Amino acid sequence: MKFALKTFWMAAVLLLATINSSAQGNELRFVLHAEPKTFDPILVQDDSSETVRYLTGGVLIRLNRKSQKLEPELATNWKVGSSGKTIRLTIRGGVQFSDGTPFSADDVAYTFRRLMDPAVHSPTGDAFRSSSGTVTTQVSGKDQVTITFPAPVAGVARLFDSIVMMSAKSALKEKAVLGPFMVGEYHPGSYLLLKRNPHYWKQDAGGRRLPLLDSIRLDIQQNRDTETLRFQRGDIDLINSLDTDYFNRLLKDAPGSVTDLGPSLDAEQFWFNQVKRSPIPAYKIAWFRSTNFRRAIAHATNRDDISRLVFSGHARPASGPVSVANKFWFNAKLKPYVFDRRMAMEFLAKDGFRRDGTTLRDKDGHPVEFSIITNAGNKAREREATLIQQDLAELGMKVNIVTLDFPSLIDRISQSFNYEACILGLLNSDLDPNEQMNVWLSSSENHQWDPSQKSPATQWEADIDKLMRQQASSTNDTVRKQAYDRVQEVVWEQVPFLYLVTKNALAAISPKVKNAEPTVLRPQTYWNIEKIAVQGK
Amino acid sequence: MPPLSTDDSRPRFVLRKVVRKLAALCLLLLFGGLLGASLVRFAPGFSVDDASLDARLSAESHEALRSQNNTEQNIFSFYAHYLGALLRGDLGTSRTLQRPVRELLAERLPVTIQSVAFGIAFGWTLGFGLAILNARFRFRALETASTLLASAFMSIPIAVIAILFVFAGTSARFAIGLLIFPKIYRYSWNMMKSSMSSPHIITARAKGLSPLSIVTWHVIPPLAPELVALFAVSISVAVGAAIPVEAISDSPGIGQLAWQAAQGRDLPVLVNLTLLVTAVTLVANSFSDLMNETFGARA
Amino acid sequence: MMKAIRAISIAILSIALLSCIFAEFVAPNHYAKQDREASNEPPSHRYLLGTDELGRDRFARLVYGSRVSFTLAPAAAIFSVLLAEIIGGLAGYVGGVWKSAAMAVTDLVLSMPWLFLLITVRAALPLNVSPMVSVVVTFLLLGMLGWAASARMLCSAGTQIRQSGYVLQAQAAGCRGWRLFFVHVAPNLKPLLLAQFWISVPIFILAEANLGLLGLGISEPLPSWGGMLRELENYSALRSEPWRFAALILLFLVVSAFQFVLPENAANEVRS
Repeated sequence: MKFALKTFWMAAVLLLATINSSAQGNELRFVLHAEPKTFDPILVQDDSSETVRYLTGGVLIRLNRKSQKLEPELATNWKVGSSGKTIRLTIRGGVQFSDGTPFSADDVAYTFRRLMDPAVHSPTGDAFRSSSGTVTTQVSGKDQVTITFPAPVAGVARLFDSIVMMSAKSALKEKAVLGPFMVGEYHPGSYLLLKRNPHYWKQDAGGRRLPLLDSIRLDIQQNRDTETLRFQRGDIDLINSLDTDYFNRLLKDAPGSVTDLGPSLDAEQFWFNQVKRSPIPAYKIAWFRSTNFRRAIAHATNRDDISRLVFSGHARPASGPVSVANKFWFNAKLKPYVFDRRMAMEFLAKDGFRRDGTTLRDKDGHPVEFSIITNAGNKAREREATLIQQDLAELGMKVNIVTLDFPSLIDRISQSFNYEACILGLLNSDLDPNEQMNVWLSSSENHQWDPSQKSPATQWEADIDKLMRQQASSTNDTVRKQAYDRVQEVVWEQVPFLYLVTKNALAAISPKVKNAEPTVLRPQTYWNIEKIAVQGK
Repeated sequence: MPPLSTDDSRPRFVLRKVVRKLAALCLLLLFGGLLGASLVRFAPGFSVDDASLDARLSAESHEALRSQNNTEQNIFSFYAHYLGALLRGDLGTSRTLQRPVRELLAERLPVTIQSVAFGIAFGWTLGFGLAILNARFRFRALETASTLLASAFMSIPIAVIAILFVFAGTSARFAIGLLIFPKIYRYSWNMMKSSMSSPHIITARAKGLSPLSIVTWHVIPPLAPELVALFAVSISVAVGAAIPVEAISDSPGIGQLAWQAAQGRDLPVLVNLTLLVTAVTLVANSFSDLMNETFGARA
Repeated sequence: MMKAIRAISIAILSIALLSCIFAEFVAPNHYAKQDREASNEPPSHRYLLGTDELGRDRFARLVYGSRVSFTLAPAAAIFSVLLAEIIGGLAGYVGGVWKSAAMAVTDLVLSMPWLFLLITVRAALPLNVSPMVSVVVTFLLLGMLGWAASARMLCSAGTQIRQSGYVLQAQAAGCRGWRLFFVHVAPNLKPLLLAQFWISVPIFILAEANLGLLGLGISEPLPSWGGMLRELENYSALRSEPWRFAALILLFLVVSAFQFVLPENAANEVRS
């Protein structure tokens, strides 16, 4: 027994020692929540790959996450043609890839050829494909590149923020990078070590070569609890998009390290299935397709309680698809639906719903009962659903909550349409409404409440289609803003998506990290990575 | 099959039995792989991808994704192809990670083997150690305490034990050990207890042999076949426990891979893992059966 | 000493059982009632174990959750142990090809990724089922899949009994077939069955918790021990709010108590 205990403690001590011994040097550490699926910047789709791309890739134009303005990066200047179909960029000279290969206009042409290759199906490239036809790249001289699109692309310059330049000549292919870091070691399932790119071109105001960090260690870890725990222990330095539970925890234990950055771009949304061919009773589809019904639900959900109880006040009721954080595109005229059961009942009465004891019945006498599906394991959404369940019970509606694993959920909302209502948070990574094009066009597959329509099913959907096309084809920001404001109003009136709350961006940054300037835009805490340093290790 | 009589246990007979058993095992393994593959293939969400919610993708890209994911329509032809490739040493390519499964396994097997080995060593040290101490000292209090400890760990679910270890900041591998410990303890202590009341032990004690040498020379050796059988079974239990433990503690082993693959409906990875787990279970259990039958052990 | 432990165990079990039966009196608050002005409260005389994020009484949830787990987990355990006896015990008793086949099936059942079957079953169930129906289906499935672990043991016990003196004597006395099995073999498997039953109960309780993550377990607002154990996942919160351990402590107490209530010889039969 004694021996067993002794070995137990010795083993425990040894293990602890190995865990703690590895921190050294000017190294920043944080966690990736999943294995990066690709290191090829063209194919990036998931968050982890996106993080790696951001830290290693060099782009022509960078969106300053703080000012929300575009800044020259590998292009010293650019000019969008008056038709909106061309962009002419001047390439920065004397820049080298991480392996020493010089960077030239040819590399830009090469990158665009790969990006637009129809066989590649790059999500980044698809953003440029507003209409059929090919994208051509013309190199003139050593440092001039003109890119021509078949049709005007609204807000084209900002799309360059996610186009990482690749080398046409380097033998290392996509491993030759222009960003501040390059992939050093990769231990799948365990961690990824990014090393400083010795050929990085940028210097700070004092003439110091950037980046300031020697390396970044990205631990691959799915479990958010472990992440919080490791942050408390000082094993990792940053946490982005912190959950409210963990934020509160850290607020108690390490108050100086957490910040609420204010409203983010992310909203939680709730919608009803309006697909006519879906395998659910026709009378239910009729409810869900009724504007009055949807507006009643919007009035009956207490979204202040969701903000307060689910997000501890780190959220606010949302008024529409655009977050208040999106300074330019937000429609300030719209206010969130007020929580008012009387108004809800009025809207329901217009459609012939009536109370029968504790049960609400439709005009044909069907009791109102439906289910809400959401992804399993997401505690916030389960709680939102539980609050909504209780709120709607007050109106006499019976709501069942079903949590599903993610593939089953996607299968239901995008293939079998065998669901009634769903709560999800669809992420907005870009400020520009163009990124949302496929959400709003009635013909698109991502028009979640009733996808892939041959022709718009309702007048308001036809209106949205028109307005979205209108804003996409204009290069005039005022015209675009007008059109998109109107889209937001139609969405407010029709409630195809009920935007529950806009979540605040919560982040944790260790006091050891210097020069961090966290913002609500992704990647919140490390967007200015080349200027970040770590002290005291 | 009638119980073995002594003159049947000639080497040739044993050999024939082993060969027959092996053939049956292979067939069973093949069937297990097919069954596992079908379970994955026909689960909802097989042909979808997270990317189908990505609003940036054009209709063509969505279409391309679908056709890429909608392969393996016919599970039999998938399995036949897979087996064919397997014979050439090709384990297929992971759907979610886009890498050869062989590479994935090569990276992760050592981690899992380590934690399973650690867990088994820890569980046996604790369980068998306590049983020996019981046999040596025969204190009622010690026996009660060990029984309490064993039943305590029997009633706490493995996932909770793992969470508590992560919480305490130590390696969750201990959880594997603590899962098998009560089984080892109870089984080995029961065997020792019954063997200690057998005539040859009573004789040995009457002759004045020290308790320690009785335990070391007279109690344990006759139990060797059963202990080996128990060991084999504990391997398959530990491998089974590794999956939740690794998934909870984010240890980069097979368990974590299995969990990720399940979330992504990664058929090529899952079919390999099913075969692997089935093989370990079959081999461990058959080995323990064989030990018991050949050496005529009781259980 | 063992006597005292057993007495304590019986007391614990009786208290737990009684509070489940008289849940309405023990916990005056309803488990689903959201007191939205009093969320995340520490224990008080109004809420004995405090409230959860939505302001629901944790104590009431624990008591009502016990009711669900206390009825359904043992029911699933009985079901799976009976299956194990029929498959394992009978195969061990009959022996030969049957035994090999049964053990082959058992090994397969032990190694298949059943998770996907559960996901498929959830897909086949209608979405609008009451939480109670879905939880019953869940436990039924667990019972149907959980027999394999016990079957192996029962099989070897069956073999052993078959070779034992009294069965041979009974055979010699003309007792054959099913009668022999049910009169002489099955009763002797009973202690082992009981032991297996006690072991299965906590396993099923936790399995339900894990399934909750897949939408197959208990759905809101019905509470269960599994659901409450999920609060442990937020272990960074446990240090400052130790009352969150209540569900685990209760589970631990009840399950250990189960084991000590067993007659001594049954406990000794617990093997592998």
